[in-house]
Amino acid sequence: MNDEVSVKNKKLGRKLAIFAIAMFGFGYALVPLYDVLCEWKWIERDRPDAIKAIPETAYSIDVNRDINVEFITSLNENTPMVFSAEMPQLQVHPGEYHTVNFYAENKTNKTMVARAIPSFSPALTSTYFEKVECFCFSEQTFTPHEKKIMPMRFVVNPGLPTDYKTITLSYTFFDNTETVIKK
Amino acid sequence: MSVVTAEHGHDHHDDHAHGPEKGWLRWIVTTNHKDIGTLYLFFALAMFFVGGTMAMIIRAELFEPGMQFVDPKFFNSMTTMHALVMIFGAVMPAFVGLANWMVPMMIGAPDMALPRMNNMSFWLLVAGILLLASTLFMEGGAPAGGWTLYPPLVLQTGKALPFAIFSVHLLGISSILGAINIVATILNMRAPAMSLMKMPMFVWTWLITGFLLIAIMPVFAGAVTMLLTDKFFHTSFFDAAGGGDPVLYQHIFWFFGHPEVYVMILPTFGVASTIIPVFARKPLFGYSSMVYATAAIAFLAFVVWAHHMFTVGMPISGELYFMYATMLIAVPTGVKIFNWTATMWKGAMTFETPMLFSIAFVVLFTLGGFTGLMMSIAPADFQYHDTYFIVAHFHYTLVPASIFMLMGAGYYWLPKWTGHMYNEKVGQLHFWLSAISVNILFFPQHFLGLAGMPRRIPDYAIQFSDWNMISSIGGFIFGASQLLFLWVVIDTIKGGTGEKVTDEVWEDAHKHGLEWTLPSPVPYHTFSTPPTMIPSDHR
Repeated sequence: MNDEVSVKNKKLGRKLAIFAIAMFGFGYALVPLYDVLCEWKWIERDRPDAIKAIPETAYSIDVNRDINVEFITSLNENTPMVFSAEMPQLQVHPGEYHTVNFYAENKTNKTMVARAIPSFSPALTSTYFEKVECFCFSEQTFTPHEKKIMPMRFVVNPGLPTDYKTITLSYTFFDNTETVIKK
Repeated sequence: MSVVTAEHGHDHHDDHAHGPEKGWLRWIVTTNHKDIGTLYLFFALAMFFVGGTMAMIIRAELFEPGMQFVDPKFFNSMTTMHALVMIFGAVMPAFVGLANWMVPMMIGAPDMALPRMNNMSFWLLVAGILLLASTLFMEGGAPAGGWTLYPPLVLQTGKALPFAIFSVHLLGISSILGAINIVATILNMRAPAMSLMKMPMFVWTWLITGFLLIAIMPVFAGAVTMLLTDKFFHTSFFDAAGGGDPVLYQHIFWFFGHPEVYVMILPTFGVASTIIPVFARKPLFGYSSMVYATAAIAFLAFVVWAHHMFTVGMPISGELYFMYATMLIAVPTGVKIFNWTATMWKGAMTFETPMLFSIAFVVLFTLGGFTGLMMSIAPADFQYHDTYFIVAHFHYTLVPASIFMLMGAGYYWLPKWTGHMYNEKVGQLHFWLSAISVNILFFPQHFLGLAGMPRRIPDYAIQFSDWNMISSIGGFIFGASQLLFLWVVIDTIKGGTGEKVTDEVWEDAHKHGLEWTLPSPVPYHTFSTPPTMIPSDHR
């Protein structure tokens, strides 16, 4: 192979390597891009910011509709806690405010920081499920063996499409103690 | 060599006159494209048997319901490792090996563009696979969460997790370097008479595959790096507790994963487009449409990834978009299948082993394509997702497609490589046993999937017993038949039938590819000066 071709090859090789490195960066760029795409209005939002408080507003109560709200509580992997809802389900009218208490207990001798992450099914209902107050808005600190009663106040927006009759709301507690200490 | 020649002999010092290095060190330090091609092919063949052994363990456990031979954790490791070994250890390296051997000879180049990097990419592959294999012996076992390495499940892997991730990094770097080399070779080193639209289809498919690899392997490396930092450095890319989202991993993974399946199938198409015209004794039908179809498939590969995730939760507009975009792939793929059929139409066909494998490929790949089309329908996919139906689908597109064409390529070029004719009788026996048993193996898995048997489980409900047993029997026959191929390869290298092969080996093959204008066996150095003529059947 003569020198001229060899130089050309090295040049092209370098260009392609830069392309590969750029694609590695693109992989990371997909992370913020994903959030941006999920916020686009013309895509129905299936991943709304369910951990933001919405101020209590008076809706007209639609007494003709019953929505069954189900509560599921679970713990991630080996989170050493007890976690349950006051009731497994609740019948509500759209526009009507309710408060449900959740019970959590630290089973260890150490201070624990944990975070409850919500998830909705069907996902689209989450946009219409407005929370005024929730323990899931921030990290919860538990002293050793502390027991907590944590309220969650919500309303189902009367704009909820009539197709939906049941909303399942699941909370999972994640033990974040290590992460918080590291930070 | 004297000091005097070193001074003015610089230009052709490396390329001419030298034979291979003496002794075993030849295989470590070689920068010759043929040597490296051979290394890749043998390594891939070895990994084919390693991955195959894992498949045999899987099929043995699934022979009957209940737990028989292995514990569930190990079974899950087997499904995960079988996939990783077959994809990154067998199919991809085998095609890189073919590219190493054939691309320079097909375009009239003396060697690959970057010969030293070529050596490095092979040995990085070996290092990556050894690292991956070492996880089998670690505390907590090898990764068992599936080859897709989905979090949070994969983060529960024991000590093996960082090793598995680093092995993915190594394998990724290896394939990126290999791809850069192949792309540079094709773009810079063609004989002057060979314009892009006169390149053989195999070269075209590898040019496009090379770009796919350079684009996607770094994304996969990024995704697994995020897994690594999530696990050990408290980042929260995929960790819901810290505001991350595990579904994000699936998006990034399949942005890599979908083009990755075309990385395995496009060179397969290239081999089929090479072999079929020779044995049909006609030029390839619709050459330029083949090129455009390949490019179209590669483009579409980047915009359909979420069809692997219809059930994880997506806006309805997303489901619809990914459904229609996926269906679109059937169009360029259909163009290719019709072109192969049209190439055979009214051709003076003969049925030597490479052609048999090619015909079986066209038929059985079409079958695998049809099940893919079924699964592209988002609402229907809710039934098929994560069942044996998808297992049947992608095995049809990989085994009787990619693997069959690799076998076909082996039979097709072995006489050229070695100068000896392979044993046609054993080759045909290998073909028929493989073609029949592969259907006994995978066809029943469609029924199992439709009936609801989930994938990646060591045990199943008894109503799935019969088809699983039949599938396992097919699997054992298929596995055993592949030993025939090993025998053929060794026998051919040792002298084969003793029949002296001509330079073109197959009748009129010189019309179809430059490699057939070279002597058999091929000398260590070829096309030190580029050929002036290119075969008449190239457009």
